[in-house]
Amino acid sequence: MKKTLISAAVLMVAMTGTAMAGTLETVKERGALQCGVTSGVPGFSVPDDKGNWKGLDVDVCRAVAAAVLGDATKVKYIPLNAKERFTALVSGEVDVLSRVTTWTQTRDTQLGINFAGVNYYDGQGFLVKKELGLKSVKDLDGATVCVQSGTTTELNMADYFRTHGITYTPVVFDTNDQAAQAFDTGRCDSFTTDLSQAAGLRTRMQDPSAVGALPEVISKEPLGPVVRQGDDTWFNIVKWSFNAMLNAEELGLTSANVDKMKAESSDPNVKRLLGLDGPKGKGLDLADDWAYQIVKQVGNYGEAYERNVGKDSPLGLDRGLNALWNQGGLQYAPPMR
Amino acid sequence: MSSDISNSGHKPDGGSAPQSAPPLSKPKFWNDPKKRSLLFQILLLTALGFVFYTIIENTLTNLEQRGMTTGFDFLSREAGFGIAMSLIDYTEASSYGMTFIVGLLNTILIAVMGIIAATILGFILGVARLSDNWLIAKFSALYIEVFRNIPLLLQIFFWYYAVLRTLPAPRQSIEFLGSFLNNRGLIVPAPVPEDGFGLVIMGFFGAIVASWFIARWSRKRQELTGQQFPVILTSIGLIVGVPLLLFLFSGLPLGLDHPELKGFNFKGGITVIPELMALWLALSIYTAAFIAETVRAGILAVSHGQTEAATALGMSKAKTLRLIVIPQAMRVVIPPLTSQYLNLTKNSSLATAIGYPDLVNVFAGTTLNQTGQAIEVIAMTMAVYLTLSLLTSFFMNWYNARIQLTER
Repeated sequence: MKKTLISAAVLMVAMTGTAMAGTLETVKERGALQCGVTSGVPGFSVPDDKGNWKGLDVDVCRAVAAAVLGDATKVKYIPLNAKERFTALVSGEVDVLSRVTTWTQTRDTQLGINFAGVNYYDGQGFLVKKELGLKSVKDLDGATVCVQSGTTTELNMADYFRTHGITYTPVVFDTNDQAAQAFDTGRCDSFTTDLSQAAGLRTRMQDPSAVGALPEVISKEPLGPVVRQGDDTWFNIVKWSFNAMLNAEELGLTSANVDKMKAESSDPNVKRLLGLDGPKGKGLDLADDWAYQIVKQVGNYGEAYERNVGKDSPLGLDRGLNALWNQGGLQYAPPMR
Repeated sequence: MSSDISNSGHKPDGGSAPQSAPPLSKPKFWNDPKKRSLLFQILLLTALGFVFYTIIENTLTNLEQRGMTTGFDFLSREAGFGIAMSLIDYTEASSYGMTFIVGLLNTILIAVMGIIAATILGFILGVARLSDNWLIAKFSALYIEVFRNIPLLLQIFFWYYAVLRTLPAPRQSIEFLGSFLNNRGLIVPAPVPEDGFGLVIMGFFGAIVASWFIARWSRKRQELTGQQFPVILTSIGLIVGVPLLLFLFSGLPLGLDHPELKGFNFKGGITVIPELMALWLALSIYTAAFIAETVRAGILAVSHGQTEAATALGMSKAKTLRLIVIPQAMRVVIPPLTSQYLNLTKNSSLATAIGYPDLVNVFAGTTLNQTGQAIEVIAMTMAVYLTLSLLTSFFMNWYNARIQLTER
């Protein structure tokens, strides 16, 4: 079944004409943004019990839809597994891929795609059963490790174990869900993935309290939204939609106070962000209030973080690396002027 | 040919214009069916060639425009990921080309194992369904109807998730005959050949060659004199007996590497991973149901008169089955059996659903995703399945031609 999908996508690449530019027009004409997400990673993209998609990655899709169409709900979510994601993006099946995707050189330069930013600075870790009393990844010598296929995770693990002379057996699954479940039922001694996803998948295990993470973080995993190469306008739109969320947090704009600030604030930075002054929507071919719509309908980055993965969510992750630059983190957006 | 046509075409006219006829009689080439069909074939081939050329050209241009890498250079790059099971030496430092070989060998392994098991099980069930014993016949019918009608993917999931996943953890392994069964697979002691074991292997092959000569000699003798010789029993005796005797006399030159629980898993021995077991069970059991029906059809296709004639000649029931019914049934069985073998080989690509590292999982999965070169990888994978299937059907066609009824 996977094979058919990939082949179909290959055929589409082969058949479609050369004109792939104009994603903005396509989206406006369609009246909906098609956004590639995971098939279910709590905190990042997962449908709730009413079928509404929720998550940090989903909020990037919603922000782009709010900026382009003025309505954050006009998004069609397309669940993709790790193997399908790039082919789906390049062949035009989705307009944006917002799916816990690590930014690497090969992906950025050889797959015909561009990374539009980093919405979560992550790192890879290992989950183990606490009853084994393991202290470090180095104790995993001889272990069987469950992992998702087609991810940087698979390669990082191989690199790390090889350089540290640790023997291991990988058991590779199509989705992270399957890999986590295999670990849960005892097929593997350990499960490795990005720590944020591990935190989410752990909440679904039989006994989450019996599972813990080893202290090592073995890789850098900058996760971010991805677009097709060759459509600079669209690339800019996605990039600045996310930047607007970061800048909004920095300026103290939230979905709750944005209307008040729009009416009252005299801060030129706020005025520029809300489209009352400055570059507005010109170079992006968007309405002047595009960033206002994002803050109003989706909220700033901090709000999105707290409700999806932060302390208001079951994952309960600290801001850590994902705090703003002026609060000790790495999240830093270029100024809007 | 054309002269024939012109002659016959002009005959009714008689000799009215005999001198002017020959140069004019050469028909226009579009009136010549042979040339016309040739023309159409050339036109069609050109059109087809143009379509393929356009597709390839278009693809390459599009790929280049989108900054996507093409070509087969990636095959020599370091793969950098591990594979759970490999028949050859494979490490993370091996190339992407090696991942192709590892996946290919794993695919061939499951296909061969599946074909052997499915054939044996299928023949037994097929014969059993025709048995006079009510219980055996009904059991066989029930088996066939159940397993033939449940989708294969669900059967694979059943064996993997419902049966093998529920086995105990390594520390609580089920132990038997020095082997261990747990949710990480079946771990059996590995044979380690010592000095002098080469003699046993030589004896084994020597016995096979000897059996072949005995079979030839016995066939000739039977044709000449009508006397029979127990070829099968002798062959089995030779092939089992000779190596066994050599083995005993040379002082049991075979050690066993017993698996031992160390740390997380068993060290030593050979591990058959549960993914392989689940896939093998599901493929064999599923395909056996189809083979059983094929075998039943083949046996029923042999006219009852043949059996009666054999009985009238005083042949025993076993002999009738072996010498009269099965050889004739095989002619009917082989072509559909080939299809079943091909199906099994292609169905083995469902391995990816449970993580058995076959070609589709390793090469068209991880390698494709790491390199992003979908077109090259998928083309190579399709070429492999095409080649494997063509080879299988080539072999089966050869075998079919060999056992065909020679009419004298």
